[in-house]
Amino acid sequence: MALKIPCALLDQLRQHGEETYPHECCGVLVGQFDDSGGRIVVSITRCGNTRTESLKNRYHISPSDVVRIQREALAAGHDVVGFYHSHPDHPAEWSATDLTEAHWTDCSYVITSVEGGHAVLTNSFVLQGQEEVKHFKNESIECER
Amino acid sequence: MPIKVLIPTPLRPYTEKQAVVEVNAHTVGEALSDLVGQHPDLRKHLFSEDGKLRSFVNVYVNDEDIRYLEKETTPVKEADTVTIVPSVAGGR
Repeated sequence: MALKIPCALLDQLRQHGEETYPHECCGVLVGQFDDSGGRIVVSITRCGNTRTESLKNRYHISPSDVVRIQREALAAGHDVVGFYHSHPDHPAEWSATDLTEAHWTDCSYVITSVEGGHAVLTNSFVLQGQEEVKHFKNESIECER
Repeated sequence: MPIKVLIPTPLRPYTEKQAVVEVNAHTVGEALSDLVGQHPDLRKHLFSEDGKLRSFVNVYVNDEDIRYLEKETTPVKEADTVTIVPSVAGGR
């Protein structure tokens, strides 16, 4: 199980985290679900972090953004396959808050650590299970040039 | 009247993998009721035990959040799209 993404798009989402530092950035991954249970990203869409406080350690994507992005994705024969955000000066590992607030099972949650304004590590996790017993599973990122 | 309901990825296992389900309804509430009538396994994923939409479940009619319209009594008309969208949030 892996997240396949063009290196250029991976670079872009990492750069987004650098631009919004010291605040968390966020966005949507659009692509397709492949037959092996993984996800293939064909585009990313930056979103605004709609949190009005705690932007350094919290993010929220407006549902209206997701509605619009999903509609456009489906019209193009694609789908929402995940989301990304950054952790300013914090490891690229999911937190208890990340898990509590995650509800898109079978989708990828990509996290980039941004230390001192520089993107360091990017990891991806796929949300599995049902709401009451959900968990994140590590997945590899396959970056394709 | 026929209304399309867009199903998000996490709920498609309960709609036989359909991303779009057509329902017959005049309000959002009727649309959701018809939806869970067709796919009963959806009920517990959309609603809490008190029958209210779960807090992280957002429902839109076209580009409008029903919370800012008339909630479940929001009227829908032909060519409207009801979208179920779980919230996206988190942080370190």
